[in-house]
Amino acid sequence: MTIINFTPWSALLGGAFIGAGALLLLLGAGKIAGISGIIASLGNKSNHADKGWRVAFLVGLLLVPALLFASDAIAVPELAGFSVLKLAAAGLLVGIGTRLGNGCTSGHGICGMGRFSIRSVVATVVFIGAGMATVTLLGLGL
Amino acid sequence: MKNNNAALIFIALLAGALFGLGLAVSGMIDPAKVQGFLNIAGNWDPSLALVMGGALGVFAPGYYLWRCSGRGQCALGSDLPKVPDPVIDKRLLIGAAMFGVGWGLVGICPGPAIGLLGSMQWQAGVFVLAMLAGFWLVGKFSK
Repeated sequence: MTIINFTPWSALLGGAFIGAGALLLLLGAGKIAGISGIIASLGNKSNHADKGWRVAFLVGLLLVPALLFASDAIAVPELAGFSVLKLAAAGLLVGIGTRLGNGCTSGHGICGMGRFSIRSVVATVVFIGAGMATVTLLGLGL
Repeated sequence: MKNNNAALIFIALLAGALFGLGLAVSGMIDPAKVQGFLNIAGNWDPSLALVMGGALGVFAPGYYLWRCSGRGQCALGSDLPKVPDPVIDKRLLIGAAMFGVGWGLVGICPGPAIGLLGSMQWQAGVFVLAMLAGFWLVGKFSK
């Protein structure tokens, strides 16, 4: 095991922004910043009145990276190496898995673990472990 | 009530913007960076552990200070969501494992998937559409 590409300061700073966003949504509005849950419940036919804040959150989440990419402040990540099949399989697994498991990296990893939810700690350990196994066994890393 | 709704939307927009900024600054939005973190036996890049550390370092103390000051409501007045009962069932474990495999395959999870749409690459669109199909399938076949 060799450690390369380690970027501790930008990781900590970016993480602090993510935590601040999740904290603002929770203490300001009483909502959990779980991205999979926010997107998935947009598809619910009930509670139309509750859709506005979800759309607003996703607009902010999409617009800021779009502006950073467009202004070259952040390099556009390379996606060209992924085949359609791989993207579709990964997206499907992420979609099904996050609904079955009631959360993703944000919902479980931050909002859940940050409130010491045992379910979230277990889910986070399992998805990081499964992710590590996938990348390592399939040799997907650089 | 209308004012309250405008405030809710404004808070959500700002929170989403902060979240998106964090994903971009931290490198979490870059699939290669994520796969570098998951590549524990290869050229391991521990950065994303610090992303989670930074996020929890702001989120957890903020939440507990708020609770310790006796407030069970958010600033807009509604109750704070309850922490779920510690039930570890098959659904949670299988779901988390499936998510982990998908996350490992291309290094994209739901937040960065939305942020990557802003890079105008069709690959991000394919991932998001497949993810939406996954949400829909579970909604259709469960309960």
